[in-house]
Amino acid sequence: MSEGPQFLDALKSRFGDHIRGVNLDNIDPWVEVAPEAIVEVCRFLKTDPDARFDMLNCISGVDYFQPDPAKAKRAGFEPHLEVVYHLSSTITKHTLVLKVILPRWKDDQPGQLPELDSVAGVWRTADWHEREVFDLMGVYFRGHPGLKRILLPEDWEGHPLRKDYELPLEYHGIRGR
Amino acid sequence: MATANREQIIELDVRTDELLVNMGPQHPSTHGVLRLVLKTDGEIVTHVEPHIGYLHRCAEKIGENLTPRQWIPYTDRMDYLAAMNMNLGWSLCVEKLLGYELPEKARHIRVIIAELGRIASHLVGMGTYGLDLGTFSPFLYAFREREKILDLFEEVCGARLTNSYITPGGVTGDLPAGWLEKCEAFLDQFVPVITEYHTLLTTNAIFIQRTAGIGVISREMAIDYGCTGPVLRGSGVDHDLRRDGEERYTEMYDGYAFEVIVEKDGHYPRDHDYPPVPPEAVLGDCWHRFYVRMLEVMQAIDIVREGIEFYRASSGDWGHPIKLNTKLPKGEVYLETECPRGQMGFYLVSDGSAIPWRVRARSSCFCNLSVTEELCRGCLLADVAAIVGSLDIVMGEIDR
Repeated sequence: MSEGPQFLDALKSRFGDHIRGVNLDNIDPWVEVAPEAIVEVCRFLKTDPDARFDMLNCISGVDYFQPDPAKAKRAGFEPHLEVVYHLSSTITKHTLVLKVILPRWKDDQPGQLPELDSVAGVWRTADWHEREVFDLMGVYFRGHPGLKRILLPEDWEGHPLRKDYELPLEYHGIRGR
Repeated sequence: MATANREQIIELDVRTDELLVNMGPQHPSTHGVLRLVLKTDGEIVTHVEPHIGYLHRCAEKIGENLTPRQWIPYTDRMDYLAAMNMNLGWSLCVEKLLGYELPEKARHIRVIIAELGRIASHLVGMGTYGLDLGTFSPFLYAFREREKILDLFEEVCGARLTNSYITPGGVTGDLPAGWLEKCEAFLDQFVPVITEYHTLLTTNAIFIQRTAGIGVISREMAIDYGCTGPVLRGSGVDHDLRRDGEERYTEMYDGYAFEVIVEKDGHYPRDHDYPPVPPEAVLGDCWHRFYVRMLEVMQAIDIVREGIEFYRASSGDWGHPIKLNTKLPKGEVYLETECPRGQMGFYLVSDGSAIPWRVRARSSCFCNLSVTEELCRGCLLADVAAIVGSLDIVMGEIDR
């Protein structure tokens, strides 16, 4: 019951260039939102009487990076990170997919996490989900009430779901690789 | 000193120090390895902070290195009390990407198996909830019946807990000869047993005192935190993915007659068969969450019976698992199914090879547990176990 296209006109007229693109060919159509507009778009989708996406199902981070240089030429994408929001409504039972595209590192400096505004103020589900994306994928959420690691220990280094992640040699006396 | 201030002086005088209590990760009422750090002022809990991740097994990272069928055993180990339902969610997600049409017979096998899994899971939820509240016997009664379901699973696929039975493309084998009769015999003897459970827990005066009016989650709060499953329906939200979900999932239940277990105007569907709601209970409290689970067990029995009839009437093939190295089309899919503990979602991104580019599991308990921070604030220390138990969490699913 994917309802992407219906809200598209309303979204486009309201947010203009902040709606960067739409993919209707995919099985679950998605809407690409500019990183600076994600909070306003989410708040609009939650409160708009036609949309009423009151439930945030999932926030996922996807790393598009091919560590193998031989394969990188054929990969068909530029290295980037995607943060994917799956929304649904308990009232209208519609679903919607939002995407934000971020650079892999802020200012292309390895080690500097890319930043994105937190939507924890819109749905409280986002609190833990954003902590998980930060923990495993390395995205810094500005304005999050308490951004810290959730699944991994607090002194862990690196973000394991990055494609170029390497296990530490040693962690508190435990051999890693 | 002015007498007007005396009350204030006394209050300051008896104020106790704030005490930090570390509950878990090896605490019996935390259902696995959950650690709760409580700040208490006397008997009152002022702050709760759940620490999770003790059971993190990198399932998502492993999924990026295996084909979808090879990843099925890893889904077993997420919610290990309802492994069949986890297999189902992942299988449907992969089938959605492949555009695979399931044979009629496989559909009914899946419904029967998934609903039996739901019964087994809710039985554990019920039994361990009794343990949390300090009564031991319901646990034994619940495990006695669950054992019979596990025996049925063993006969179907050889495994009792980590089944890997439902796979992309169907199931790994047809139901064995004589299995349906055994399943029916189990259901026939199981129905009267539920009355025992109601006597032991649902209508038990001590049980009602410990659960009614405790840990009330309002409708808005449940939706805001992304609570799903019995936690959401226990708060009075009419939402069940078996009816409201995606077509690929709801068409599995086409032809099945069932009602969503949720309170409407003070009544649960068919609640004349069950003990009435006690006057102390408030919608959204621990008692209602427990009650929704109990009613879902009854409903699952009816669905299994329907499924058995449909299975007998259906002909043809039971479906064959896809090849281990089937190439996945380029694209990405997300699918949620109604698992016993809530909505379990799988997100699959494929770059066109046989191995997914990214696998993501959206855990229902992960969201259900996040509510404890707000829910336990200001409650009594003894109620923390009652509240966390009523959310019915499985740490394997939260930590993945």
